[in-house]
Amino acid sequence: MAQIELSAIRKSFDGTDVLKGIDFHIADGEFISLVGPSGCGKSTLLRIIAGLEPQNSGEVHIDGRQVDGIRPSARNLAMVFQSYALYPHLSTFDNIAVPLRMRRLSAIERLPLLGALLPSRRAKERHIRADIEGIAEQLDITPLLRRKPGQLSGGQRQRVAVGRAMVREPLAFLFDEPLSNLDAKLRVHMRAELAELHSRLKATFVYVTHDQAEAMTMSSRIAVMMGGELIQAGTPAEIYNEPGDIRVAEFIGSPKINILPGRIRKDGGVDVLGTTLKLTCNAAAGDCRIGVRPERIELGTGPFSGTVVHLENLGAEAFVHLAVEGTGSRLIARLADVRHLPAMASPLAFGFASETVRMFDPAGKRIELRVEQAERVREPAHV
Amino acid sequence: MSNAHPVPFRAILRHVLLITGAALMLAPFIWMISTASKPQTEIFSSELHLIPHRFALMENLREAFAKANLLRFLLNGVIVTVSIFVLQVMVALPAAYALAKLRFLGRETLFALVLFGILIPPQATAIPVFLLLHKIGLLDSYAALVLPFTISVFGIFLMRQFFKTVPDDLVDAARMDGISEFGIVWRVMLPAAIPAVTAFGIFSVVAHWNDYFWPLIVLNSEHLRTPPLAVAHFRNNEAGTSYGPLMAAAMVIIAPLVIAFLFAQRRFIEGITLTGIK
Ligand SMILES: Nc1ncnc2c1ncn2[C@@H]1O[C@H](COP(=O)(O)OP(=O)(O)OP(=O)(O)O)[C@@H](O)[C@H]1O
Ligand SMILES: [Mg+2]
Repeated sequence: MAQIELSAIRKSFDGTDVLKGIDFHIADGEFISLVGPSGCGKSTLLRIIAGLEPQNSGEVHIDGRQVDGIRPSARNLAMVFQSYALYPHLSTFDNIAVPLRMRRLSAIERLPLLGALLPSRRAKERHIRADIEGIAEQLDITPLLRRKPGQLSGGQRQRVAVGRAMVREPLAFLFDEPLSNLDAKLRVHMRAELAELHSRLKATFVYVTHDQAEAMTMSSRIAVMMGGELIQAGTPAEIYNEPGDIRVAEFIGSPKINILPGRIRKDGGVDVLGTTLKLTCNAAAGDCRIGVRPERIELGTGPFSGTVVHLENLGAEAFVHLAVEGTGSRLIARLADVRHLPAMASPLAFGFASETVRMFDPAGKRIELRVEQAERVREPAHV
Repeated sequence: MSNAHPVPFRAILRHVLLITGAALMLAPFIWMISTASKPQTEIFSSELHLIPHRFALMENLREAFAKANLLRFLLNGVIVTVSIFVLQVMVALPAAYALAKLRFLGRETLFALVLFGILIPPQATAIPVFLLLHKIGLLDSYAALVLPFTISVFGIFLMRQFFKTVPDDLVDAARMDGISEFGIVWRVMLPAAIPAVTAFGIFSVVAHWNDYFWPLIVLNSEHLRTPPLAVAHFRNNEAGTSYGPLMAAAMVIIAPLVIAFLFAQRRFIEGITLTGIK
């Protein structure tokens, strides 16, 4: 339905830069999640796309048309707010009808008493009613159409807000943390519903969240924002496996990726916790940081040793917190088999495969690594 | 001791205090009803009694209605107070919306001026306003009674405080839905602010229904008189003040307010406490 092109968007509030030059292309029909810690400017960026907030510089194009200075409603986007923002004095039906009435009825037809008498209004109202009933059917809110927002539960309000967005068939949907006011169980349920809605409508979704689980499970691409900059965008797997920046690596993934201090030698080898890894890099000698995901840590064998300081058994999986011997470092390992948990305070050897290592320079940028051939499990076929 | 009956003792004390206060507040009111029910001879008798020996309310009322065109004055009161209130709302709501929800240069300064405006008593500006009305030839008309009060700084302040509690998201949602800024004021903010508008309406109507000062200054013609002026008229009779009919007329003119208050009591209290929307 629509592609959205952001170029060099900058925004400052009272002299502080909130967005520092965002360039981003959102393709037609994509489900983009904007994630990042609180205060990084996600909502501001969404509001700039919506037209609710003017940017200081930069351009927004929707379907190739520059929309800067165009009223929010004329951009033909729909937005679902964190607080749902339903009109408290209107019934569910009237709430969903507002965008349709504003578009389809003339100013005279909208007049409170006089308008209702016009025959043209009655014909249009019939269409509006039909449209709303269709939407209500899809969202399963038909029994709620006569209720006021105050009489709805959080999940129901959320659905009504989505209905109000859907009914006008916008070019794109903008969501600002729509699930964060729901309890955990309902959140998981609504996650599936929204993903399903996206595949049904095939519309462009821009979805702001600071919940990385939502971003990972629903989106076709994730854009990670930090401190007013968009630092990486890619599919959930790319963002998870190939983070370009240590902040991305740390933000995505739960529990957090393990970061260990390392050192790059002059010959390109890498030392971590007194052990030399079987990999090399081209970076200059000096300090670096090594990232290994908890599920990549193998317990029981390996060159490192630590002590179990804490155990978290979640039933299906367990997390083992280790204090690494001889250093202050702590790390977390995921254990898929909860039947064989190590004892508390017991010493434990551990290791990880070289190709699971992600390395970052002191500024946090990713450093490319070459895994030494000997480590490769499968040789590339030359024959 | 106080441990044994802490609640009853305190409750009794509280009620005694409250009842005393209420009695003090109500005393003139009750005296008015009492006087309105007495014949002229009893009013001027030297002994004080609350219950009249001969019940003369009907006579006094009849005389009040005969002496002055009370219905006309009541109608004047309605026309003036309703016009003032409607115009005040039409001015105060957009202004309050701008002060509460729009970002523009000088907003805080303007709001400070509004607060400053609350401090100025109407008597201070009475003479300039009087001269202005004289210059444009509006003295002695409904316009003279209504126009000076159309901009209520108190109303702007009250509504602005209330609008502050309306979530910004609601305003943004309305903008996304295509409602214009004025549309937002009337279709989104006004329905959300009904309790505050009601409270303001009660303040405004009571103040202008009972206003004696301003109508006295700008009016000459008898047919434009508002209720308080009409009552005062009984006092100035050459034939001497007839207190019975005077009090009966006073009862008549405050009756609409009392009845309105009884009906809107819940709303009134809601509005005063400004519970707002969730
Ligand atoms: N209207 C405003 N006036 C001044 N500063 C603002 C305004 N709106 C946002 N900011 C500031 O801009 C920064 C980014 O805000 P934004 O709401 O975009 O963050 P966010 O990423 O959505 O955070 P969250 O996850 O908490 O919603 C914050 O530091 C915030 O204080
Ligand atoms: Mg936000």
